[in-house]
Amino acid sequence: MPVLELQGITKHFGAIHALTGVDMSLEPGEALGLMGDNGAGKSTLVKIIAGNFPPTGGEIRIDGQPVQFSKPVEAREKGIEIVYQDLALCNNLTAAANVFLGREIKSGIGPIRWLNHAAMVKRAGQLFAELKSETRPRHLVRQMSGGQRQAVAIARTRLSNPKIVLMDEPTAAISVRQVAEVLDLIRRLREHGIGVVLISHRMPDVFAVCDRVMVMRRGRKVADKMIKDSSPEEVTGLITGAIHGG
Amino acid sequence: MAVETHVSVGQEAASLADAGLDTREKSLLERTFGNQAFWVTVALAVICGVMSYWEPVFATEDNFFNITRNFAFIGVMALGMTPVIITGGIDLSVGSTMGLVAIVCGLVLLKQPIDYMPDWWNAATWTHSWWMAVMLGLLAGALVGWVNGVLIAFVGLPPFVVTLGMLSAVRSLAVILSQNRMLYAFRPDQAATFKQIGGGENFGMALVGGFRLSNPFLILVILTLALGLVLKMSSWGRHILAIGGNEQAANLTGVPVKRVKVGAYVLCSLSAALAAILSVGWSGSANNSLGQSYELLAIASAVIGGANLMGGEGTAYGAFIGSALIFVIRNSLLMAGVDSNWQGLFVGAFIVLAVVLEKVRGRRRE
Repeated sequence: MPVLELQGITKHFGAIHALTGVDMSLEPGEALGLMGDNGAGKSTLVKIIAGNFPPTGGEIRIDGQPVQFSKPVEAREKGIEIVYQDLALCNNLTAAANVFLGREIKSGIGPIRWLNHAAMVKRAGQLFAELKSETRPRHLVRQMSGGQRQAVAIARTRLSNPKIVLMDEPTAAISVRQVAEVLDLIRRLREHGIGVVLISHRMPDVFAVCDRVMVMRRGRKVADKMIKDSSPEEVTGLITGAIHGG
Repeated sequence: MAVETHVSVGQEAASLADAGLDTREKSLLERTFGNQAFWVTVALAVICGVMSYWEPVFATEDNFFNITRNFAFIGVMALGMTPVIITGGIDLSVGSTMGLVAIVCGLVLLKQPIDYMPDWWNAATWTHSWWMAVMLGLLAGALVGWVNGVLIAFVGLPPFVVTLGMLSAVRSLAVILSQNRMLYAFRPDQAATFKQIGGGENFGMALVGGFRLSNPFLILVILTLALGLVLKMSSWGRHILAIGGNEQAANLTGVPVKRVKVGAYVLCSLSAALAAILSVGWSGSANNSLGQSYELLAIASAVIGGANLMGGEGTAYGAFIGSALIFVIRNSLLMAGVDSNWQGLFVGAFIVLAVVLEKVRGRRRE
């Protein structure tokens, strides 16, 4: 059974039709590449899944159950985590502090609670080890490479044992070597049975880690193909509109 | 193909270099030398050393008592200012808040009835007790901070503008409430207890060896430890730092940014209120001009101690040592016979120097 299903998702901003009748499904442990030109509606779609705003029409189902989100927190409670394009990290805090930001582990006596630094460093270390990343829990994010920052952002999504991780352009602004690191991180998520939606402009990344690619154009889904049945040339054609999807 | 091979070799080299960098945890020594508060402590020790040698009066117990008491008032305010600065904000209204709180305390303790208060208030005894003065003083401070915080966090106005407006408005309120008088004719019994808080020493206990420390200084030491603990060990402290580092990220990860910010401004104004209560107790009179330009000293203390005006950095110890440095410099200049009008120049130079140092450290970090 798909972990996530969208049916006929439509979104209007006033007179602008950002999305028209989009269907989508995602299996556990599947990586879906979401591609399209600027303004094709990828980000709008992801924001609807993440609960940033509700769709104008259509239905979202998680594990077959219809859901409605009015806040990102509600989506998170249902097992949807998102890695933002700008990563949403605090440079002045350590990796462990960033992983646990807003969800700190505390200990204490009665009503007096304090941060349990040791437990957070230990758990963050475990998460980085699971992701096979070299990131150190006690290091400041300021001193980290782009790939390590991605690991911190991804480790954060693993805290709650999510079903679905949405990634918005995770490889947009980092070096070639770091891209390989991030793609490895995405493979780790899949191995743990997590469904991944990867928004990317970079064709090689999508073809390297995704099982399926979905192409959007002008707010509509124009193609949904298995990677093995497609080619970069075909997807490029679909994105630009040179090839008309079925 | 050749190009690809080249890239992968480059990758390997880079990853090795990075791995080397990653395994290097910063040693305690490295962290200490990169710490502004450490260097301020060194500067303070050097100045004290030179002054003790040069001017024997400097090293006397009396002078130590005086300096530590004098910087305690600013020190307490600098502690309150620190979380606000860490969030990337600023509070220019703390000096005026001191004036308002001083007047509120003075009015409670005043012997004569106040014309604009109802008769029952003027007639009752409990409304003129020392604890009423303390409570209403703190309440007035909290209220100013709450208004600041709500306008900044919930309405979204810039902290500089909001607190600049408050600087003017609150000072005006102090003048109106006091009917532009200086208040000093207090009820003797209640005022005696009140004055003991700010003017007393050793919390009324005898210390070993007859050593004397003023109550304001002892309170400053306790609050420094408390704030240090809160910033390090509470989720509120962690959230304050997160907001200063990346407010949007804090928001996205579910930190209650607005509530935390309001808390910071309330705490800041409360610290100003406490400084005013101590100051009125020490001087025995309430003046609506109390605290004028103290906001600058409080901000300067925090910044000299390493708080970053861009947000994300600052410590309780830094605020403590920063205010100590400012007052030791002032004291030293006076003792060296430098005209007191020159003090502002030196303090100003130190503020700019502190920010320059911060810039240099910031550049080295990148």
